[in-house]
Amino acid sequence: MEVTDSLVNNLANLARLEFNEQEKELIKKDLQQMIGFVDKLKELDTTGVAPLLHMSEAMNRLRDDEVRGSASREEALQNAPETDGTYFRVPKVIKK
Amino acid sequence: MFKYDSIEQYHTELRNGTTSCEEAVTFYLEQIQVHQHLNAFVHIFAEEALETARSQDAARKAGAPLPSLHGVVIAVKDVIAYKDHPLSAASNILKGFKSIYNATAVTKLLDAGAIIIGTTNCDEFAMGSTNEHSAFGKVLNGIDPTKVPGGSSGGSAVAVQMDCCMVSLGSDTGGSVRQPADFCGIVGLKPTYGRISRYGLIAYASSFDQIGIFSKNIPDNALVLEVISGPDEFDSTAHTEAPEAYSKALKAPGKPLKIAYFKEAIDSPALDPEIAGRLRELFSRLEKDGHQLCPVSFEYLDYIVPTYYILTTAEASSNLSRFDGVKYGFRHVDKKNDLNEFYCQTRSKGFGWEVKKRIMLGSFVLSSGYYDAYFTRAQQVRRLLVDKTNLIFNQFDALVLPNAPSTAFPIGEKSDDPIAMYLADIFTVFSNLTGVPGISLPLFWHSNGLPFGVQVMTNRFSELSLLQLSNQWMAAYKDSKQ
Repeated sequence: MEVTDSLVNNLANLARLEFNEQEKELIKKDLQQMIGFVDKLKELDTTGVAPLLHMSEAMNRLRDDEVRGSASREEALQNAPETDGTYFRVPKVIKK
Repeated sequence: MFKYDSIEQYHTELRNGTTSCEEAVTFYLEQIQVHQHLNAFVHIFAEEALETARSQDAARKAGAPLPSLHGVVIAVKDVIAYKDHPLSAASNILKGFKSIYNATAVTKLLDAGAIIIGTTNCDEFAMGSTNEHSAFGKVLNGIDPTKVPGGSSGGSAVAVQMDCCMVSLGSDTGGSVRQPADFCGIVGLKPTYGRISRYGLIAYASSFDQIGIFSKNIPDNALVLEVISGPDEFDSTAHTEAPEAYSKALKAPGKPLKIAYFKEAIDSPALDPEIAGRLRELFSRLEKDGHQLCPVSFEYLDYIVPTYYILTTAEASSNLSRFDGVKYGFRHVDKKNDLNEFYCQTRSKGFGWEVKKRIMLGSFVLSSGYYDAYFTRAQQVRRLLVDKTNLIFNQFDALVLPNAPSTAFPIGEKSDDPIAMYLADIFTVFSNLTGVPGISLPLFWHSNGLPFGVQVMTNRFSELSLLQLSNQWMAAYKDSKQ
């Protein structure tokens, strides 16, 4: 399949990444190459094969619903680029 | 002068008073300085390691019993969380980050008396097989600095290779422990998926990731595995049964084994002829020693790398969505931007190219319209691979493969050809796709002066038999040092 500009733009948006014009050409080429490579799987007949969803055979590992320790607010905010001491701060979401 | 052979010998010397933990740490800190140009370490905890060593020496002299990793000097890959220490996955997006908790494996190491001397360089987010893609710059192979050390855990491999620590931890999603061990001439173990808790391991592809162990010998590897394995309430995919006492059972009497190998792999034109030749020679020696060697046809060989790349990039694109510049790490500040632009700019400036490329492919295979054709199909192929693997291990005790098609190659050689780079993972991704344990045993020296080994796999959760046969093979078939 052909990797078009609109496919690249759509994927970049989904992945929250941006590419300048030069990078866009490069990522298009790389994606084209990689998709061509993984297209090989189309040769295999997988009719009726159940997809493997979990590597572990354990299912529903339950535990009692009790309060356990977790990170304190100070710890949770310790690595944040910007906080007001209580919350993480981000650029304004709703604009006038 | 301090000389290291094994944890057992080190402990004997500590008990006899002929060495001390402080002497060991001092020696390794000097070694790290001497080999600084190889760029294996990203952070060195010199003062802290010396202080721990002194307090352990004092405790031992006061008569305290020695815990199993007492004074053992360990380096950990920069993807494993060590509380209050820097953790960045060799990425600019985690610049300045310090972990607020310990990985379960680290807690267990510290509880057993280990001394963590530093964190090691790797490919960004463990994505790569050359250690050329790191925000801290590339790592060089200590045997020949013009060659790659392998990756992604290149720093951890070189740290053990050049005697900068006794053992080290890496992570293995598609060969990132076994392949650098192969290129550096040391032992590298990737245990069964779920054997070691992944809590505190920065996620790349969660259904593939497993912490692995680098060492110079099998008994050290077995002991560390025994300490850090086991069930964990913080990782529901961790195996619920306690590990066996591997280190105490290594000398079990060897019985004749039924060993399989993939004919397609050994006959592959992509495999270096000298590596193929030495493997065939190993097979005949094994047969002479009473084992049964059987070629097994493996019709899926050409499909395993594409399957691996679809599934791991899909999981990576999802796992790496948490890096948004809000909660931790790097943030790109531009006051005029709205939230969406802020995410895009932060992530685009924070991630390196290889990571962005994999996130893009992962987003593609998961996106509407392509999901079934790529992602679901790859999951179906993974089922075929697991079924086939189960059949093999119903019949055989072990499976033998090369680790890589060649010995360590020159830095920069594969940079322009990503597909060639990905194809070089062909022999290692198999065990991550199927969850079985695999070990890289440094048995051979190539005529080009570089080491290489053999990869051995056993059935899931059969680490004990894997380590037993490894111990035996290392004693019986290892080339004498060049």
